[in-house]
Amino acid sequence: MYSEKVMDHFEHPRNVGEIPDASGVGTVGNAKCGDIMRMYLKINDDGVIEDCKFKTFGCGAAIATSSMATEMIKGKTVAEAEKLTNAAVAEALDGLPPVKMHCSLLAEEAVKAALNDYREKQGKAE
Amino acid sequence: MDRIYMDNAATTRVKPEVRDAMLPFYDEVFGNPSTIYYYGREAHKALDHARQQVAAAIGADKDEIYFTSCGTESDNWAIKGAAFAHQKKGNHIITSAIEHHAVLHTCAWLEKHGFEVTYLPVDEYGRVNPADVEKAITDKTILITIMFANNEIGTIQPIAEIAKIAKAHNVLFHTDAVQAVGAVPINVHELGVDMLSLSGHKFYAPKGVGALYIRRGVRIDINQQGGAQERGKRGGTENMAQIVGLGKAIEMATADVEGHAKKLAHMRDRLIDGILAEIPDVKLNGHRTERLPNNVNVSIRYIEGEALLLRLDLAGIAASSGSACTSGSLDPSHVLLAIGLPHEVAHGSLRLSLGDFNTEHDVDVVLEKLPEIVKTLRDMSPLYADRNQ
Repeated sequence: MYSEKVMDHFEHPRNVGEIPDASGVGTVGNAKCGDIMRMYLKINDDGVIEDCKFKTFGCGAAIATSSMATEMIKGKTVAEAEKLTNAAVAEALDGLPPVKMHCSLLAEEAVKAALNDYREKQGKAE
Repeated sequence: MDRIYMDNAATTRVKPEVRDAMLPFYDEVFGNPSTIYYYGREAHKALDHARQQVAAAIGADKDEIYFTSCGTESDNWAIKGAAFAHQKKGNHIITSAIEHHAVLHTCAWLEKHGFEVTYLPVDEYGRVNPADVEKAITDKTILITIMFANNEIGTIQPIAEIAKIAKAHNVLFHTDAVQAVGAVPINVHELGVDMLSLSGHKFYAPKGVGALYIRRGVRIDINQQGGAQERGKRGGTENMAQIVGLGKAIEMATADVEGHAKKLAHMRDRLIDGILAEIPDVKLNGHRTERLPNNVNVSIRYIEGEALLLRLDLAGIAASSGSACTSGSLDPSHVLLAIGLPHEVAHGSLRLSLGDFNTEHDVDVVLEKLPEIVKTLRDMSPLYADRNQ
């Protein structure tokens, strides 16, 4: 059973889509296991996440955690977004069933993968 | 919101006639059928009548029918009972890779207790090849158990052919017919099966009652010690109301099984044709014709089954999926993997199973709403975005 918040984010996912000129993109998960998350970040010169979008192949919890994660990092600095944890995502959704906790971990990993991609691109630009 | 129930392979709604037949057995006719006075005699008459109704529905004799609590119990009893009763002759059992867990887990348990089990593969449509059955038989084989029709993909097995092979090799043959009773005509003598499991709640009886057919002369261990009920093979006071409900329901379900199947198959084929026409990148799972009249199972690429079920539920449609997220494990359905689907395609499976309470209008609504829901989920899916890469 999912919480009302999970169902809300599943039914009305926030920030679905792609950012064509993203500063960083991260894809995590594995289709074999039934979950793939892709996170797009648009980061300005001050290191603030101006925009964030996602695409997810996965169950209700995977979609809801992706959606919640984008809300939690939008407007935050890169340093703040670094600190996003799967526990915080799950808590913001009023909890997840135990078998679905890995979905929140995937959301954390997707954000981190996108941030890594951003840093790599930054490194190349400098 | 108007709700549509299309998960009749999971369970069915009790028909009013069945419920009405059951009600007197909670208070008016409450006697224990093992007693000799009026109350008991009345209950015993009803028990006898229900047994006759079940027997008639599958072409058996009354004393070949044993009431149980469910299909799972019937499967457990048939398989373990046969295995232990014949272990002096051998320890080998043959089954298929796509059986219900009531059979597969029972076989796995027997493997821990000295038995050997062969799990036959199936073809891409989910059919067991009778020649494979024959090849697998050794001088140690004591039991073959192959389901009549698959609960997920609806594929109907060549039961009569397999039964003939079993008989020629003097091996017992059991079939789990839980999904088939009431959906296709069944006559145990024409089929030549030794044991057959059935479950009431798949054909509009309540949950909690089933039966096992055991051909006269077939020896299996008793199921439950404790009394003379079910001719001493399953002790315990009979669940009278449920048994009466089972009898009434099976009589109704088999009264015009061909006509009933035709009506369901029409809705099934509209769903299959409509889904394949309206939604690209969809594959029908199971056999096109050797198929239960009420079963639709498709894999919808690039989306995941649980998300699809939740969206359908929000639209008022109840269905089922073989995705890992709905199975409670990390792997998708063993049936979908056995017919050769890659994991990611199996994750996107959808089963719609029809019943007597469904209408052609329900089919219209599903065909209207499903493509929209699939589009919403695909627009969200990175696999869909990458599909041409």
